[in-house]
Amino acid sequence: MSRSGRRAVEFVIERMLFLCAAGSILITVGIIGVLLFETVEFLREVSFVEFLFGTEWTPLFSDKHFGVLPLVSGTLLTSLIAMAVALPGGLLTAIFLSEYAGMAIRRTVRPVLEILAGVPTVVYGYFALQFVTPLLQPLVPGLAGFNALGPGLVMGLMILPLVSSLSEDALHNVPNGLREGSYALGATKMQTALRVVVPAAFSGISAAAILAVSRAIGETMIVAIAAGQQPRLTLDPRVPVETMTAYIVQVSLGDTPAGTIEYRTIFAVGMLLFLSTFVLNLASTWLRNRFREEYA
Amino acid sequence: MTDASPAAVPTPVRPPFLRHSGDRLLGLFGLLVMLLALAALAALLFDITRDGIGRLSWQFLTSYPSRRAAEAGILPALAGSVYVIGITALIAVPLGVGAAVYLEEYEAQGRLSRLIEINIANLAGVPSIIYGLLGLGLFVRIFGMGRSVLAGSCTLALLVLPTVIISTREALRAVPKSLREGSYALGATKWQTIQHQVLPAALPGVLTGLILALSRAIGETAPLITIGALTYVPFLPDGLWSPFTVLPIQIFNWVSRPQAAFAENAAAGILVLLVLLLAMNAVAIVVRDRFQRRAQ
Repeated sequence: MSRSGRRAVEFVIERMLFLCAAGSILITVGIIGVLLFETVEFLREVSFVEFLFGTEWTPLFSDKHFGVLPLVSGTLLTSLIAMAVALPGGLLTAIFLSEYAGMAIRRTVRPVLEILAGVPTVVYGYFALQFVTPLLQPLVPGLAGFNALGPGLVMGLMILPLVSSLSEDALHNVPNGLREGSYALGATKMQTALRVVVPAAFSGISAAAILAVSRAIGETMIVAIAAGQQPRLTLDPRVPVETMTAYIVQVSLGDTPAGTIEYRTIFAVGMLLFLSTFVLNLASTWLRNRFREEYA
Repeated sequence: MTDASPAAVPTPVRPPFLRHSGDRLLGLFGLLVMLLALAALAALLFDITRDGIGRLSWQFLTSYPSRRAAEAGILPALAGSVYVIGITALIAVPLGVGAAVYLEEYEAQGRLSRLIEINIANLAGVPSIIYGLLGLGLFVRIFGMGRSVLAGSCTLALLVLPTVIISTREALRAVPKSLREGSYALGATKWQTIQHQVLPAALPGVLTGLILALSRAIGETAPLITIGALTYVPFLPDGLWSPFTVLPIQIFNWVSRPQAAFAENAAAGILVLLVLLLAMNAVAIVVRDRFQRRAQ
C-alpha cells in the first residue's frame, strides 16, 4: 500500500474508534433526553409541588393522586435497612481482611465474596421472599408476607461485597509508615486499625459507602419481588411498601399505552431515581479521586 | 530533665491483657461478620437447591410454559436468553472494544477525552432499570422496534457497554510498552501495531472481561421487563423482530405466583440460570489462567 493510502487508512480507523468512544456520551444524552421529554409532558398535567410533596400515590386507580413521597419513603426504608447490614458488615470484613487476615485467607475469601455480588438479583428476590421472610416471621411479630425488612436485609447482603472490596482497597493503600508509627508509639493492633488506618482511609471508605447507597436506591428485582406493591408513607419495616423501582416494574408488567399519564409516571419516577443516583455517583467518584491524591 | 519542662500528662494505661483482648475481639468480630455473609450465601444455595432440584428434568428444560406448574418448562426462556445475549454481544463487543482502544491507545489528552472518561464511569453506576426506560423510549417507541429481540439486545448492549470498555482498557493497559515500541521501531504504523501486536497480546484479558460483562447481562431482569418483554411466551423466538422472554423474567413470573408448585419451578429455573453463569465464569477463569501462565 502506498504511503498516502496507509495514512488515509490510519486516519479513517482513528475517526471510527473515536466515534465508538464518543458514542458513550450519546447514551447519557439519550437517557437524559428520554427522561426529560416524558417528565416535562408529565409535569404539564401534574404540578411539580404535588409530585414532589404529595403524600398519596395512586396513578393506577380511578381517583388519581401523584404524590411521589410514598415511593420515596419505601425506597429510603429498604435502602436504610440494607445499609445497616452492608456498611458495618462490609467495613468489618474489610478491616479483618486488610489488617488481620493472612495472604491465603484474603486470596480465598475475595473470590467467594465476588460470587455474592455476581448472583442475579432475581435470585436474591426469591431468597428474600421464600427463605428470609418466613425465617423472620416467628421472630418479628406482625411481619407481613411482603415487607421491607426481608428484602432490605438481603439487599444488604448483596451490597456487602461492594463495600468490603472498595474499603479493603482503601485500607490497603494507607502507607505502612502510618501503621509502624502507631505501633512505635505503643498502640495495639486494634487502636492502630480503628484510630489510624480507618481515619486515614476515610475518603476511600466514604466513597464506598456512597456508592453502596446509590446501588441500594437503584436495586429493583429484590424489592419488586419481596417488598410488595403498596405505596405507603411509612417507616414500619413489617408492612408491604413499594419502592420507586418496583413501581416502574409494576407499570411495565401491565399493558399501559404510550402517551397516557400512567405511562409518563414511570419516566417521572425514573428521572427522580436517575438524578439521585447520579449525584451520589459523582460524589463517590470525587471522594475516591481525592483519596488517591492523598497517597499518590 | 529539669522541673521547668512541662510535665507529661499521664495517660491512663489499661492492663495489657485487656488491651490485647480488645485486639483479638476486633479481629474475631470481623471474622464472624465475614463468616456470616458466607453462611448466608451457603443458605441461599442450599435453599434453592432443596426447592428446585426435584423439578429439574429433561421435560422441564424442553417444555413450554403452562398454567399447570408440573407441565411447565423453560425452553422459550432459555432460547430467548441465549438469543438475546448473542445479539447483545454482537452489538456491544465491537463498540466497547473500539472505544477502549481509542481511549487507551490514542490517548488524546483533550477536554473531550476527559469528558468521555467521566461519562463512562458515571454510566457504569446508572441503575439498570434506567437503561430499561431508555430502551423503552428510544428503541421500542422512537425507533419502532417494538418489544422485539432486537430492542432487548440493544438495551442490554448499552447496559454492558461501560463494563466492557472499562475491562478492555485494563487488559490493554497490561500490555507492556516495549511491545509497542518494538513494533514502531520496525516501521509499523499505529493501527498496524494495535492490530498485530497489542490486541493479540491483550486478547485473553479482553475475553475475560467480555464474558464477565455478558454473564452480568444474562442475569438482568429489570431493563427487559421495562421495555415490555413478555412474561408468557409459548413459542421460540424466530428472528430479530420476534417477541421474546428470557430466563430471569420467567423466574420472576413464577416467583410472583402464590402457588407453592410455581415457587418450585422458579427455584429449578434459578438452578439452570446459576449453572449457566457458573459455566461462563469457569470459561473466564480458564482463559485468565492460560493468559497468566503464558505471561510468566
